[in-house]
Amino acid sequence: MLRGENGAGKSTLLRMIAGLNEPTEGTILIYGTPNRQALNRMGYMAHAPLLYDELSGMENLRFFAQLYGIDSDEPLAQAMQRVGLDPQLDRRLGQYSQGMRQRLSLARAIFHGPRLLLLDEPFSNVDPDSALQIAKLLADMRSSGTTILLVTHQIGLLANLADEYLMLSHGQLVDRGPMLGGSMTSGPMTKGTA
Amino acid sequence: MSIARLTWINVSKDLRLEWRSRDVFNSMMFFALVVVVVFSFSFEREDSRPVMGGLIWIAFLFSTTMALNQSWARELRNGVLDAYRVSPAPAEALFLGKCLGNFILVMLLECLMAPLFVVFYNLSTVGPLWQLLLVAVLGTWALVVNGTFFAAMSIRTRNRELMLPLLLLPISLPAVISMVTGTTQVLSGEGSPAVQLKFLAGFCVIFTTACFLLFDTVLNAE
Repeated sequence: MLRGENGAGKSTLLRMIAGLNEPTEGTILIYGTPNRQALNRMGYMAHAPLLYDELSGMENLRFFAQLYGIDSDEPLAQAMQRVGLDPQLDRRLGQYSQGMRQRLSLARAIFHGPRLLLLDEPFSNVDPDSALQIAKLLADMRSSGTTILLVTHQIGLLANLADEYLMLSHGQLVDRGPMLGGSMTSGPMTKGTA
Repeated sequence: MSIARLTWINVSKDLRLEWRSRDVFNSMMFFALVVVVVFSFSFEREDSRPVMGGLIWIAFLFSTTMALNQSWARELRNGVLDAYRVSPAPAEALFLGKCLGNFILVMLLECLMAPLFVVFYNLSTVGPLWQLLLVAVLGTWALVVNGTFFAAMSIRTRNRELMLPLLLLPISLPAVISMVTGTTQVLSGEGSPAVQLKFLAGFCVIFTTACFLLFDTVLNAE
């Protein structure tokens, strides 16, 4: 879990890992491969839904699935069901509520079964029940071996999900440590290395 | 997946979005219509033939500029462009898809406007019609390929509506001169547009190649 005050650089870090921003120095490797060459193993969900207003939920997913070489609707329907949306819903995205957009955005990030999932505030604008459903989905993905790097201010939802937290401040990693029972514990960096 | 298939996926998506919103085509059509009607009051039907090449391409050039900005603005809404950039699909497929989508829309506009030019200006071709069609196809592609590239370049700037014409018009000027000259030659029957057609074909090949090769850099520039 990635934490820090507003402007600390959390979203920028996620964008850099996703290949949307270039780091000022160094390279980013995903499972040993440069990030731009590991895009099909990565899922990214941003603040904005990254979806077309004029298309329905399934049409949106179908378009992006084709970019990943997926022609079947089955994984798309499964992804929609996993985030609590009806695959048959033919309403256009422009008519979705904010929470539904957020959930469809998550479905877009997970339909291809990524090994690394980057999530920027996945619980914002989502009602409490849906947030719990999303947290359960993330727990299932984590159990099945997906690495999840997530930015959130709602630590309670991740009580039994997150393994580790990273604290950013002014673009620097200032603290990291294991999550125990939903609270942040002092990691090695709080003991003088920050 | 092949770049041709990905290009087609992008074209069909763009045409579907446009069919549902019609925001690009309506604004293009309205602008072209205004140009045709307003200029029809300025010229006598008999003496309009020498300036018709310029008039036709003014209408289509500015309509195209409008369309190009809108087609990229749609990709910025909801940050959709980022979703494309984090996918493994090549940037070139997006570029070609956008070019073809815009080309189809502008050609459709030209087909719909052609009867109006005939009615308002009593227009008929003295030279061969196929040459006029060839000028239209090559000229439209020259505008669209450059316009799509420079629209992508200017889309993240604050004054993108101003930026696109500033970048596009000087670069496209040689092609525009050829389009206007070629069209006037076919309409008036004074001279052959063969030289203009060859120039436009060369222009299209060079700029399509250059834009295709440079697009990935433009798309991922910060």
